[in-house]
Amino acid sequence: MEQVKSFYETPSPPGLTGIKAWLLTHDHKRLALMYLWVVMFWLVLAIFIGLALRLELMFIGETIMPPEIYNSFFTLHGVIMIFLFVIPAIPAIFGNFFLPIQIGADDVFFPRLNLFSWYLYVIGGLTAIVSLFTGDGFADTGWTFYVPFSITTETNVSLTVTAAFILGMSSMLTGLNFVTTVHRMRVKGMGWMQIPLFTWSLYATAWVQILATPVVSITLVLVVLERFLHIGLFDPDKGGDPLLYQHLFWMYSHPAVYIMILPGMGVISEIIPVFSRKAIFGYKGIVVSSMAIAIAGSLVWAHHMYTSGMSDVSVFVFSLLTFLVAIPTAVKVFSWVSTMYKGSILMTPPLLLALLFIYLFSVGGLTGLVLGAAGTDIHVHDTQFVVAHFHFTMFGGTGFAFFAALHYWWPKMFGIMYDFKKAYIGSVLTAVGFIFHYVPMLILGLQGMPRRYFDYLPQFETGNFLAGFGGFLMVAGLMLMFVNLWSSFRQRVQASDDPWGGTTLEWKVPSPPPLHNFVEIPNVMEYPYDFSEVLSKAAQNRG
Amino acid sequence: MNEHEQEHTLSYRFLGMILLGLVLLTAVTVAVSYRHWGFLNVPIALFVASSKATLVLLFFMHIKYEGMVIKVSFISTVVVLAIMISFTFWDVAFR
Repeated sequence: MEQVKSFYETPSPPGLTGIKAWLLTHDHKRLALMYLWVVMFWLVLAIFIGLALRLELMFIGETIMPPEIYNSFFTLHGVIMIFLFVIPAIPAIFGNFFLPIQIGADDVFFPRLNLFSWYLYVIGGLTAIVSLFTGDGFADTGWTFYVPFSITTETNVSLTVTAAFILGMSSMLTGLNFVTTVHRMRVKGMGWMQIPLFTWSLYATAWVQILATPVVSITLVLVVLERFLHIGLFDPDKGGDPLLYQHLFWMYSHPAVYIMILPGMGVISEIIPVFSRKAIFGYKGIVVSSMAIAIAGSLVWAHHMYTSGMSDVSVFVFSLLTFLVAIPTAVKVFSWVSTMYKGSILMTPPLLLALLFIYLFSVGGLTGLVLGAAGTDIHVHDTQFVVAHFHFTMFGGTGFAFFAALHYWWPKMFGIMYDFKKAYIGSVLTAVGFIFHYVPMLILGLQGMPRRYFDYLPQFETGNFLAGFGGFLMVAGLMLMFVNLWSSFRQRVQASDDPWGGTTLEWKVPSPPPLHNFVEIPNVMEYPYDFSEVLSKAAQNRG
Repeated sequence: MNEHEQEHTLSYRFLGMILLGLVLLTAVTVAVSYRHWGFLNVPIALFVASSKATLVLLFFMHIKYEGMVIKVSFISTVVVLAIMISFTFWDVAFR
């Protein structure tokens, strides 16, 4: 491929230099990298807050922090991880970078709005920081901000929910940009069934972002209004209903878990066929299941409320609907596994992380069925089992998909390759630590240990110690993974334009890509995962 | 992609008539509130309000002249809202 200037060397708008070329950029790739660094900052911070929580729980009684700090810490860990890492990470970083390239476009449809979304994201994060040090300290409500506690506690709930409101706006605008881009900017010849699955997953996610986020935004505004004006919307003495808050909150926050997981599933759907050298099994099935998850996932919010005093009819209906979501999710898992069957497997760090995703996410999904069934949920509701379940889905799922995406697209984003051996060790250490960390929590929950408790009975000591030990292993693995990626900037081992043998359009452009992504109008294949050319090239090289 | 969209400029006269329609419907809302319609109180109020919203959407917000994508997108949001409200009644109506 002829030498062209990369986007690092060509600012957009032209003429900008230095830090301005980044802070005022309209280029989707620069914005993706700006998201990357800010998201990584929040991720590392939240990892160490989580580790401090586990250290506190490793031993009975007070270990390193008093109960008030513990309450604020688990709220802070949840708010950062949910609103500043898991929701934005894959769409904002990899979506921004690769969605336009995968559909043959030179940018997103609204580049300036994209920049505005980044600023909203940063302002939302800064507002969360400010809320730490103002008023009576950071909120101690947990990331769910349940009433009546959130409207009566003295801590700084108002500013914290304002941060979440601003972050919601950022997420919504990104979703709007993606939907419009997919509809309006696909290169000529790219029909709906030629769109790569990562882009499809972002498209499905974007719709949920647009439709569900306003609900939580309004709900959080209502919490602030309640705190200042005491209207009584959630107060039975004034004709209000505390369950109304939970309905409104989960109307967004349950679909939000699909905002979190769908892009991760998209990443896995890209990685598995590339390293199996085989067309993905059931392309249309995966496309339909993405949309089905987005739709069905929006109808199950009240399964978080089985024990909150909701009507039995509602419990029955929402339990039934919850089980329906398992169907499209299973379609994806079966498709990934079937893709590998009789494939020509090439083991690489992204594939290893994708396989770990499938395993850990499946455990997360199956433990979700325990919680989706109303009968069993009553026994484990609000216990450590729930905490372990959603970490299996959100961290074992989205987290590992994020790491897989980092390792898969790193050579394309930066034009350099990392050390495979360290990446393998980091991934395995993280996975082993993960299992040591969360399996004891599943058992602790079944034994009856509640979540969010500062202290516990002596029979829970061994489980908590093991979970803490796993936490340290996991963090060590994660840090090795991040340091390894960071070291690649020092070693600067050049990556080729298509180091993995991918077939989607991002592998047809230089690494790193030029400002407008394509040097010539891209040729769209009939089927985005046709590996015949890759295999024939490999055969020629062998011959 | 946008071949179904029509170039259109609505005249002030036409927009004025829509505005007049909205004012008249507001007058209907006020007028019916003076009489007790029993069970029909809420349906009548909602019908008038929906008619007004439809006029605003179709003409002031130009939905009538947009392509299918925009129309489907808009209808999807209404359907989602309707589902969210109606599903909540599985709880409220059976407590």
